[in-house]
Amino acid sequence: MNMIVCVKQVIDPEAPPATFKIDTSTNQVVPPAGMSPVIDPYGEYAVEAALKIKDAVGGKITAISLGTNQLRDVVKKPLSMGADELVLLEDEAYDGGDSFSTAFALAAVIKKIGEYDLILCGREASDWNAGQVGSGIAEILGLPSITLVKKIDVADGKARIERLTSDGYEVIEVSLPAVVTVSNEIGEPRYPTIKGIMGAKKKDPTVWTPADVGLDPAQIGAAGRKTKMLKLFQPAHEGQVEIIEGESPEESAANLASKLREAKIF
Amino acid sequence: MADNKGVMAYCEVADGKLAAIGAELLGGGRKLADDLGEELVAVLVGSGVSGLVQEAIALGAEKVYVVDDELLKEYQADSYVAAMEKVAMQAMPRIIMLGQTNVGRDLAPRLAFRLGTAASLDCLELAIDADSKALLQTKPVYGGNAYAVFTTEYYPQVVTARVKSMQPLERDDSRKGEVINVDAGLDASAIRTRVVEKVVEEVEGIKLEDASIIVSGGRGIGGADGFKQLEELAKILKAAVGASRPPCDNAWVPAGLQVGLTGKIVSPDLYIAIAISGSSQHMSGCSGSKNIVAINKDPEANIVKQARFAVIGDWKKIIPAFTEKIKELMAG
Ligand SMILES: Cc1cc2nc3c(=O)[nH]c(=O)nc-3n(C[C@H](O)[C@H](O)[C@H](O)COP(=O)(O)OP(=O)(O)OC[C@H]3O[C@@H](n4cnc5c(N)ncnc54)[C@H](O)[C@@H]3O)c2cc1C
Ligand SMILES: Nc1ncnc2c1ncn2[C@@H]1O[C@H](COP(=O)(O)O)[C@@H](O)[C@H]1O
Repeated sequence: MNMIVCVKQVIDPEAPPATFKIDTSTNQVVPPAGMSPVIDPYGEYAVEAALKIKDAVGGKITAISLGTNQLRDVVKKPLSMGADELVLLEDEAYDGGDSFSTAFALAAVIKKIGEYDLILCGREASDWNAGQVGSGIAEILGLPSITLVKKIDVADGKARIERLTSDGYEVIEVSLPAVVTVSNEIGEPRYPTIKGIMGAKKKDPTVWTPADVGLDPAQIGAAGRKTKMLKLFQPAHEGQVEIIEGESPEESAANLASKLREAKIF
Repeated sequence: MADNKGVMAYCEVADGKLAAIGAELLGGGRKLADDLGEELVAVLVGSGVSGLVQEAIALGAEKVYVVDDELLKEYQADSYVAAMEKVAMQAMPRIIMLGQTNVGRDLAPRLAFRLGTAASLDCLELAIDADSKALLQTKPVYGGNAYAVFTTEYYPQVVTARVKSMQPLERDDSRKGEVINVDAGLDASAIRTRVVEKVVEEVEGIKLEDASIIVSGGRGIGGADGFKQLEELAKILKAAVGASRPPCDNAWVPAGLQVGLTGKIVSPDLYIAIAISGSSQHMSGCSGSKNIVAINKDPEANIVKQARFAVIGDWKKIIPAFTEKIKELMAG
């Protein structure tokens, strides 16, 4: 099994909402001071999904990450978890893209790598919540895609996949190669082992410029966008909270119930 | 490209009926079409869906494109993208709207890429720019910490709208409309996926989407036993039980109870958030609630800031006393 996993470096989405800031002059998010970026969580679930398959049937996992200023300690996480190779698309030309130009560049790299049975992405990245790159890669490469995946079993050139629905899941059979987008129901990503971290430290990622992949800079990054962002803003939080007090927690609780009754909320 | 005209609403069919999102899209789409001075069309895709045409017209569509084919019995990206591509090439709409459902979020990006553009998913607001006639697409980003307004110069403009973000029109059975049957010319061998089984995970009690009160628990509940206490409270209040993501990930409750950006979007009259910190991703799913009550031991928790009422303390002490008092008030 040759597997390709797409991951991306993002601002830590678990940072407290109060630390979230926008620079309105540039329409950009200001990374919170003193907090390291992370691998986008759903990308990490995709790595976990690939590792589960590798545990079951063996295979090779190549992680690809497109971005600028990628911190090696951050983007090497798939390697320390157990992936085999890391390809970084790092060049100014990749910068400022949208789902379209990102999927376009990733698809070109996957084509260059050439050998793949399964391509795994996260269901949506935690920064722009676009939820499209996996489906886009599938369209560009002419592959089937299954989104919102919670379980994957592979055998005999086919995969049996559980896809989330609003009230449960469906089991889908697909021929390989195929693209899947992974949801958190796949199970918590494993922690890197000490051995994994040491191995990742020693491994140099492959860095590819657009020219290395045969990409025209006009088709990628900001130049290749199909969408335009006109405005980025923080919603106002309305309302003043009323803290319900009491002599004891039990009394506060009773006061809350009375308050809700008075306000005719139940 | 500039020849693209009209607003197209993809009306999902579930269990042989028009899903509620279809009526919402037709309501929101009607307004966009009127602002553009262009027509509103509906699309029905499936097997045996022709009978729903009148309903789509009664809900505001001037034309209904129907792709009715045995091979479309079940939703699968390969066949549905092919069908929608056919319809889009024939109708050449300016805008294609789908719902942010598990079908729409799968279909919209594949369709957009097939048509040579990208989509905007999970839009909360859609409006027409008076000068450029461009579609202004407002959607949450960074887990709901911010909103972004996107537009595109590529047509058709493909979007999904969040469930319940748009108002349906009043159904009017005297409305007239035209039906256009499209033959998708599907080939079974081009469908590379096969649905072998559908599993419904029944949830006891009131469904999250239908509830006017929700009792929701977070990581701080600590286990399945804790949720039993929330269920008891919910039963008394005729409420549904919800959860943030960690209780679902830890299997304290079924995955279907997750509220948030990647879970269910709810807007009850009362949302009681117990031991939930109020991450932006969670708030994305419940900030439309009329009243949020936070029960949390941390006065600095984000949920407290966004609530109308809060009690600060250990839920293990608060919930039993709260439940008793509610019982008393309801009896009296
Ligand atoms: C792209 C993306 C999508 C996501 N989608 C969702 C989603 O749809 N829904 C969702 O919920 N999350 C989602 N998440 C996860 C989200 O970021 C948070 O991790 C999650 O919401 C935290 O859940 P929590 O508030 O229960 O846990 P925590 O943040 O750990 O908070 C626990 C809270 O419980 C309180 N507490 C603990 N013990 C007690 C006690 N005894 N009494 C009273 N209070 C107590 C603590 O003070 C704390 O405030 C998503 C994340 C990403 C990156
Ligand atoms: N710049 C990127 N580099 C590598 N993978 C990406 C990148 N952007 C998106 N992806 C992948 O696509 C998934 C969905 O992203 P998106 O469509 O942007 O929400 C992510 O979870 C990643 O798996």
